[in-house]
Amino acid sequence: MKPSALLAAVALALAAPAFAQDLAEISLADPRQEAQAVALMDSIRCVVCQGQPVSGSNASLAGDMRRLIRERIAAGDKPEDVRAMLVSKYGDWVSFKPVVKPATLPLWIVPLLALLGGVWLVSRRVRLGRG
Amino acid sequence: MNRKVLLWAPFVLVVALFGAFFVGLRNPDDRVIASQMVGKPLPEFSAAAVMPGQPGTASSDYRDGKPRMINIFASWCVPCAAEAPMLAQLKAAGAQIDGIAVHDAPEPLAKFLAQNGNPFSRIGLDPEGRAQIAFGSAGVPETFVVDGQGKIIYQHIGIVEPKDVPMLLNLLGIKP
Amino acid sequence: MIAEAGLAALWLAAVMALLQLVLGALAVGRKQLSLAGAMVPVTLVQAGLVSFAFACLIAVFARSDMTVLLVAANSHSAKPMIYKIAGTWGNHEGSMLLWVTILGLSGATIALFERKLRIDTKLATLAAQAAIALGFYAFLLFASNPFARISGVIEGAGLNPLLQDPGLAFHPPTLYAGYVGMSAAFSFAVGALLTRNVSPDFARAMRPWILGAWIFLTVGITAGSYWAYYTLGWGGWWFWDPVENASLMPWLAATALLHSVTVLATRDGLRAWTIMLSVLAFSMSMVGTFLVRSGILTSVHSFAVDPDRGLFILALLAIYIAGALALFAARVGTVLEGNRFDLFSREAALVVNNLILTVILVIVMAGTLYPLILEAATGAKISVGAPYFNAAAGPLALILMLLIGAGPLLRWRKDLPKALLDRMAPALLAGAAALLLLAAFAGRIGVLPLLGLVAAAVVGVASLAPLWKRDLKRAPLFTWGMVIAHLGCAVSMAGMACDAAFIKESMVAMATNETRPIGPFEVTLLGVREKPGPNYQALEAVLSVRRAGGGEPFEMLPQLHAFSDPQMTTNQAAIKTFWNGQLYLVLGENSDGQNFLMRLWWKPFVTLIWLGGILIALGGVLALLGRVKRDVWNNRWPWQAAIGAEVRS
Repeated sequence: MKPSALLAAVALALAAPAFAQDLAEISLADPRQEAQAVALMDSIRCVVCQGQPVSGSNASLAGDMRRLIRERIAAGDKPEDVRAMLVSKYGDWVSFKPVVKPATLPLWIVPLLALLGGVWLVSRRVRLGRG
Repeated sequence: MNRKVLLWAPFVLVVALFGAFFVGLRNPDDRVIASQMVGKPLPEFSAAAVMPGQPGTASSDYRDGKPRMINIFASWCVPCAAEAPMLAQLKAAGAQIDGIAVHDAPEPLAKFLAQNGNPFSRIGLDPEGRAQIAFGSAGVPETFVVDGQGKIIYQHIGIVEPKDVPMLLNLLGIKP
Repeated sequence: MIAEAGLAALWLAAVMALLQLVLGALAVGRKQLSLAGAMVPVTLVQAGLVSFAFACLIAVFARSDMTVLLVAANSHSAKPMIYKIAGTWGNHEGSMLLWVTILGLSGATIALFERKLRIDTKLATLAAQAAIALGFYAFLLFASNPFARISGVIEGAGLNPLLQDPGLAFHPPTLYAGYVGMSAAFSFAVGALLTRNVSPDFARAMRPWILGAWIFLTVGITAGSYWAYYTLGWGGWWFWDPVENASLMPWLAATALLHSVTVLATRDGLRAWTIMLSVLAFSMSMVGTFLVRSGILTSVHSFAVDPDRGLFILALLAIYIAGALALFAARVGTVLEGNRFDLFSREAALVVNNLILTVILVIVMAGTLYPLILEAATGAKISVGAPYFNAAAGPLALILMLLIGAGPLLRWRKDLPKALLDRMAPALLAGAAALLLLAAFAGRIGVLPLLGLVAAAVVGVASLAPLWKRDLKRAPLFTWGMVIAHLGCAVSMAGMACDAAFIKESMVAMATNETRPIGPFEVTLLGVREKPGPNYQALEAVLSVRRAGGGEPFEMLPQLHAFSDPQMTTNQAAIKTFWNGQLYLVLGENSDGQNFLMRLWWKPFVTLIWLGGILIALGGVLALLGRVKRDVWNNRWPWQAAIGAEVRS
């Protein structure tokens, strides 16, 4: 955790009664930051549920992750850094946005091959000019 | 020739796909999310004291050269009660066990420990799951083994069963 | 007794399927076309028997007969009757029986009503249908007997609370009718390959069956999306979950097939490709129904299943899919290549449409199956979700939208770019106007939603162009169908883009009498009260809502349901629909005695998503009616005549 983030988290914790500030369930005041946080929460997988993002789960651990995400975004962290932090804890599985690396290349290469193959097949059937 | 290869391509693809499904069925998805923190130094965390006379726990406690176990549990977790005898056995054999109680509160925790025994040297409360996430833990109960240098060397997911006890003692460097 | 009668009927139905397969094989293999006369009764009896078995299962569920294992495991005598009956297919065995029942009924429908197909092709088609049915009868009888007995059970275990919804009564049967209806296209393709009959006539015969199944799939997916939207309580309408993808994949293949079969019927092109898609569409349906349900793919809806069952299903799928593809590879070489086409023509647009739909299908398939393959191969776990699917398929969907606009305005055979531009002019103007308006008033919105809205404007206008300057009363029904289905695509895309671009979301803690703004509304919490339900405890928030700056207040009542057995809470969102969007309010968990957590959404034009889906399905219905009407007019459908009389030498 960056010192600035830690300070912000402490400040948040001290600022008010815990409930009113519980960022697990309550939007950030800054709409731009909230939008960033929600976009990230939509693409982080809940580790105790099946196939749901943390933004759409009632599980308590999902709430913990929402809180963490909002805190880090409010402290000025970039969404991708927060994602990387969660991936460093739980592995690639926790992110619905697959990291581009050799093992995930087929996700992009297979559709690309299908597209190229399809274009090639179609081009064999097309008659150019007048027929 | 060219066209023939092309026409058999879908068949070959599907057979390969079904091969993968077959393997997938043989090794059904275990749904276990392993922590990526194993092999890495302990993360920064702190879990405040909650039981009278028992200290809380924080990352700074693990630099004294002694290997320890950290048990992540909760009083509301039914399987956690089931592993209590094994934790007691480990403690009796000389293991140092620290507990982190997730999403818990003093009262039910005291009741749980009175009922199931208290094998812990330290117990910290983790009301917002911060320590749990720091460990990369995805549920309760989970048990981490930390070596004397403050490195996580093992994660046990689920209940500690009798058969796991010798292995855990071995990791802790305790001769049975 | 009812259970035993059902089981006996199921066995007899399996025997009938075997007979149907043997008859068909004899008729086609030995050229004994006179056997065709026996085919119709056998098919009808099979359909009757399997329907009777299914009726028996419904009866034991309705009577809460706890001596039947399936009822004891999935039902409860205190459930309302509609959930008792819907519970029949809310479990593995029952849904399998529903599956083969629809298969049997679709076989009988083909036997009775299909008149355009060459008789040997039709017999081969029915034999293929019987072969599929036989495998799944075997699966039911040997590995998933729905009528197995149990003794000593007094009360049932109940049904998952999330499934206790009217959605369960309609969604699975609709989707299954779509999945299984695709078996007709599959069997037609196998029949055509076996009898070497891939022709425009064959395409015209097959088209209504594809349309019918496609309509059910469209309705099923639309309804499923809305069901998830209002029950899950998080405001999402599509999660790219494996179960959802499993229903999207056959739909994509079927949509491509629907268009390629038109090229085959009209221009005698895309012969091999149409056969390939027919096999693919039903293969995707089977993969969708079984791989997800067998626990190979995990999802929100998956449940444990013993590996033997999974292996049985896997073997069946491998036999059917790989078998059909092997037949395709061996036989399609002897099918003459179809007509070539000009680059600038209606058929070229349809071919590119097929190409894009197929690549989107490959993307969905890769995203759904690759994590499984990777884990099987290396043990590495990855997740693939919305960010991947949106980034990979989104741009392709936009190109597809432009084709939807331009394709129907192109002439068959050959057309001129300038002529198309003239016909597209109003649509392009609409697109430009939308772009200007959005740039001026919409503020900062993402690129994809912006392009989506512009594309929706272009297609919305372009889709109506085929009716331009035509006598609307004399335009054929299937033209109306195409127009309305394409308009539905524009409407649906507009809804998706609006939801993405203009959604207002607010998660708050509210005290009594506190007011919060959301979109154009103000929400005031008047209080929270307890409300006991039949098998749960409910908290209900009383909210007074009115438009900001005045207007009549109205009441909205979101609930939080706490079930004790099994322990789980569900959110019952309060949803109010306006012409320009939906207000979606959710009462959350937990409070400190004064404050209640609330999730508030204002979703402008979100309803267009499902309205578009309904329009697409309606377009399908009109097209189907148009085809059937034309057939009746042409006297091709004398269903009173016996099939045997139609044997051609």
